[in-house]
Amino acid sequence: MNTDSYNDGAVVHTPVFIDGHSVEIPILKILKQDGTLYEGAELPEIDQKLATKVYKTLVFHRVMDERMVASQRQGRLSFYMAALGEEAASVGGAAGLKDQDMIMTQYREQGALMFRGFSLEDFMNQMFSNAKDLGKGRQMPIHYGSKELNYMTVSSPLGTQIPQATGYAYGQKLQGLDAVTICYFGEGAASEGDFHAGLNMAAVQEAPVIFFCRNNGYAISTPSDEQFKGNGIASRGVGYGIKSLRIDGNDILAVIKATQIARAYALKENAPVLIEAMSYRLGAHSTSDDPSGYRTREEEERWQANDPILRMKNWMLAQKWWDEAQDSALYTRYREEVLAAVKVSEKIEKPHLDTLITDVYDVTPVHLQAQMDELKEHINKYPDAYPFTAGKF
Amino acid sequence: MAQMNLLHAINNALDIAMTENERTVCFGEDVGYFGGVFRATSGLQEKFGKVRCFNTPLVEQGIIGFANGLASQGSVAVAEIQFADYIFPAFDQIVNEAAKFRYRSGNEFNVGKLTIRAPYGGGIAGGLYHSQSPEAYFAHTPGLKVVIPRNPYQAKGLLLASIRDDNPVIFFEPKRLYRASVGEVPEEDYQLPLGKAEILQAGNDITLLAWGAQMEIIEKAAEMAATDGISCEVIDLRTILPWDIETVTQSVMKTGRLIVSQEAPLTAGFASEIAATIQQECFLHLESPIGRVCGLDTPYPLALEKEYVADHLKVYEAIKHSINY
Ligand SMILES: Cc1ncc(C[n+]2csc(CCOP(=O)(O)OP(=O)(O)O)c2C)c(N)n1
Ligand SMILES: [Mg+2]
Repeated sequence: MNTDSYNDGAVVHTPVFIDGHSVEIPILKILKQDGTLYEGAELPEIDQKLATKVYKTLVFHRVMDERMVASQRQGRLSFYMAALGEEAASVGGAAGLKDQDMIMTQYREQGALMFRGFSLEDFMNQMFSNAKDLGKGRQMPIHYGSKELNYMTVSSPLGTQIPQATGYAYGQKLQGLDAVTICYFGEGAASEGDFHAGLNMAAVQEAPVIFFCRNNGYAISTPSDEQFKGNGIASRGVGYGIKSLRIDGNDILAVIKATQIARAYALKENAPVLIEAMSYRLGAHSTSDDPSGYRTREEEERWQANDPILRMKNWMLAQKWWDEAQDSALYTRYREEVLAAVKVSEKIEKPHLDTLITDVYDVTPVHLQAQMDELKEHINKYPDAYPFTAGKF
Repeated sequence: MAQMNLLHAINNALDIAMTENERTVCFGEDVGYFGGVFRATSGLQEKFGKVRCFNTPLVEQGIIGFANGLASQGSVAVAEIQFADYIFPAFDQIVNEAAKFRYRSGNEFNVGKLTIRAPYGGGIAGGLYHSQSPEAYFAHTPGLKVVIPRNPYQAKGLLLASIRDDNPVIFFEPKRLYRASVGEVPEEDYQLPLGKAEILQAGNDITLLAWGAQMEIIEKAAEMAATDGISCEVIDLRTILPWDIETVTQSVMKTGRLIVSQEAPLTAGFASEIAATIQQECFLHLESPIGRVCGLDTPYPLALEKEYVADHLKVYEAIKHSINY
């Protein structure tokens, strides 16, 4: 390897620093808040059918989040994470991909799964950890996953999905598939070592992966100016030799456009792409959090004016693809459906006791089976202490 | 004396440590202005400034690597890992670096001034990534100390001792008890010894041993056993590494029976280490096999948490089994 090959700058004889902020990054904006387009803006590939699906998904997302936060407050649900104000990042990302593309997420991207068609019942069964949860009641609410929908099960440890996405995409390339992997993460998680590992390996191993950073300004209470000093996350792509793009994350058309071109590029060139979507976490980090302890009302109000769903609605109205009556009917319908689904799911019983020891390995080892046998004997002795499972195995 | 919950006691200990030494620094994810997601560092940034109590970027390997460097320089580093479940990205910095800093340099350098605080344990509907008890991984690493308090009084005294101890200490805090455990705590400075177990209740028939949040469980089992006329000696190990072999040995010499209970899975947990050592020390005094009441050998579950955990009923059954052996 000749290290001269990347020495393409000028030769100087007195020290010349490149400034830490010398990378200037354009930001892609297509749609204005009033529903009109910026002059010269190039639309993504989108027709009325796709636009309607995207919009309905956004509304469904908003409604489900609202209802689930309320359910948590009522004590029906243990925990929830809303994506209030940044729904366009996940829904738009999924809309810019093909169904065969793999989606790997952090946790605030339920919109992508909604777009793929995960049913309301599936969402509820996961959140209520009942016997019908695909994940068998093992993970906290919002840790969804679906093999059928190419949506990797969410894992709480931050950043771990980033190098995994690189490996997954490499496998897709190896098989010659018409498929890429998109990998979502927050600007906070981008501080983890796994971020560096994942991006560098994607560039070196030439993996068709789209890294999608949701920069929503906060990691729990930590504002992004205490998270990093560089120019956001997009500037880091340069260091890894990765094509990078910054977009307005509350602009659904910019998100779809960016994902569409990233997909085409990743597949054609067998190379990763980094997208940084600028947004704001309008809600609390989770139902365990209260943002009034670390930020101001005024700051939140500034961002409320950038509502991505209202922005898309304005565009839909202008296109004459949607009207107010349809809109309020949709909200009403979704509210009723979600409420009804909560009532059904919360009553479904817990997973069978045997699921405690299955899937630890492909085949349950003898010692674990022995532990289960002992547990069953114990539960039979004290049935009142184990009401979910006593008498049910 | 004041009434404090476990969080207050920890906050109070940190306040004392930062007041006594200008070179004491507290940091971690959300630790600064907000005071930590559990609020253990609440008010410290306000009192001691941003230079000594601050948010770090979200990178555990960075937090502990930074802490190692800071401690090796002679500052007192008190690093918080937000959940013990998220300590693993820092495993290399702890196991290969902090633990071996002194040894590999012939004590030219050491990180004795490092303390790592992390909330651990289950019982909060946290599922597999907000419930783990990883003490055994670290107990397998010579050079580290591992300390786990059971209540506010213990937490304050043991944390101050950990910060002042000249070895890297991992201090696991039972998060289930953060607000649930309330007790009398002196407002002034005091320390409790590391490496010393504490006998909470003297008894003759059987020794029950645990640490941290599991103490409540074995105390409850001991009460149940007492109604059957079984007299339990209840011991809190307090320091997992290096552990107080002598106190436990003496107790088992007297009772002839031992049950060790831990939240973590059975296989290769610290209870196994204790069982092996006590079997060696007390072989001819044992009246029954040493019992281990632990979590199952699976990841920590969510829906079936109740079934999974080493609860007081399982400990009680183990006591009866040992007595009737
Ligand atoms: C390895 C690891 N460390 C810490 C945490 C605790 N934690 C959960 S979410 C979070 C903040 C993440 O912020 P960001 O990546 O910006 O995503 P956002 O919540 O803003 O969507 C933290 C610190 C974790 N889950 N995993
Ligand atoms: Mg964020």
